[in-house]
Amino acid sequence: MSYRVLYFASLRDRAGCALEEIAATPCNASALYAQLRQRHGFALTQSALRVAVNGEFASWQRALRDGDEVAFIPPVSGG
Amino acid sequence: MRFEIRDRAIDTAELAGELASVQAGASVVFEGWVRDHNEGRRVQRLDYQAYAPLALREGERILDEAREKFAIVQTRCVHRVGALALGDLAVWVGVSAAHRDAAFEACRYIIDEVKRRVPIWKNEHYADGESGWLHPNNTPVE
Repeated sequence: MSYRVLYFASLRDRAGCALEEIAATPCNASALYAQLRQRHGFALTQSALRVAVNGEFASWQRALRDGDEVAFIPPVSGG
Repeated sequence: MRFEIRDRAIDTAELAGELASVQAGASVVFEGWVRDHNEGRRVQRLDYQAYAPLALREGERILDEAREKFAIVQTRCVHRVGALALGDLAVWVGVSAAHRDAAFEACRYIIDEVKRRVPIWKNEHYADGESGWLHPNNTPVE
C-alpha cells in the first residue's frame, strides 16, 4: 500500500517536509500515525489531532486504501 | 465561494459591497488584525498555513450553519495565509441581516467556529528570534 501523507504546522517542521509518500502494510489512520510518530519523533499524541482522508475529516479507525491522501491536523489557530 | 483563503491583501470595500441587499437593515463586520504581542511576548510577524481543500469545505460549512441558525441575508469570510506583518488584516467576516441582533450573533458565531475548526495555523515570530506554532488557546503546541 502507498499513502500520501500531508503535514502541517509543528508536524511539518518536525518531519522536515510538507508531504511524503509512505509505503506501509494495510492499516487504519491510527496505526499509520503511530508509525509516523515513532519515525519522526512527533510530540503530539493522536488525541491532540484530527485526521482527514482525501480532503474530508475521517475516523481514526478508517481502513486506508491504496493511494489515499492522509492529513494529520494539529490543533488549529486561525483567526 | 463565500468562504475564501487568499495569499494577498484583503480588499474590505469589495467584500462589504457584497453584503449589500435591500432586504438588509444591518451589517456587522469583524476584522482580525496582526498585533504586536501575545502571552507577554513581543511579536514581529506571523505566518499562516492552511490545508486549503479542507479549510474551504469547513469554512463553507460554518457559513451554511450560520444561515440556518440566524436570520441573515448575506455572509462572506476571507482568511489570509502566508507571511503577514504587524497591523495586517488576517481575517474578515461580514454578515448582513434584516435586524442587528441576527447580524451580531451570526458574525460572532462564524469567527468563533473558524478559530475552533478550520485547518489554519499561526506561526508567531518573536522579537527574541524564536518562533512557534500556536494552539487555539494561544499556548505553544510543543
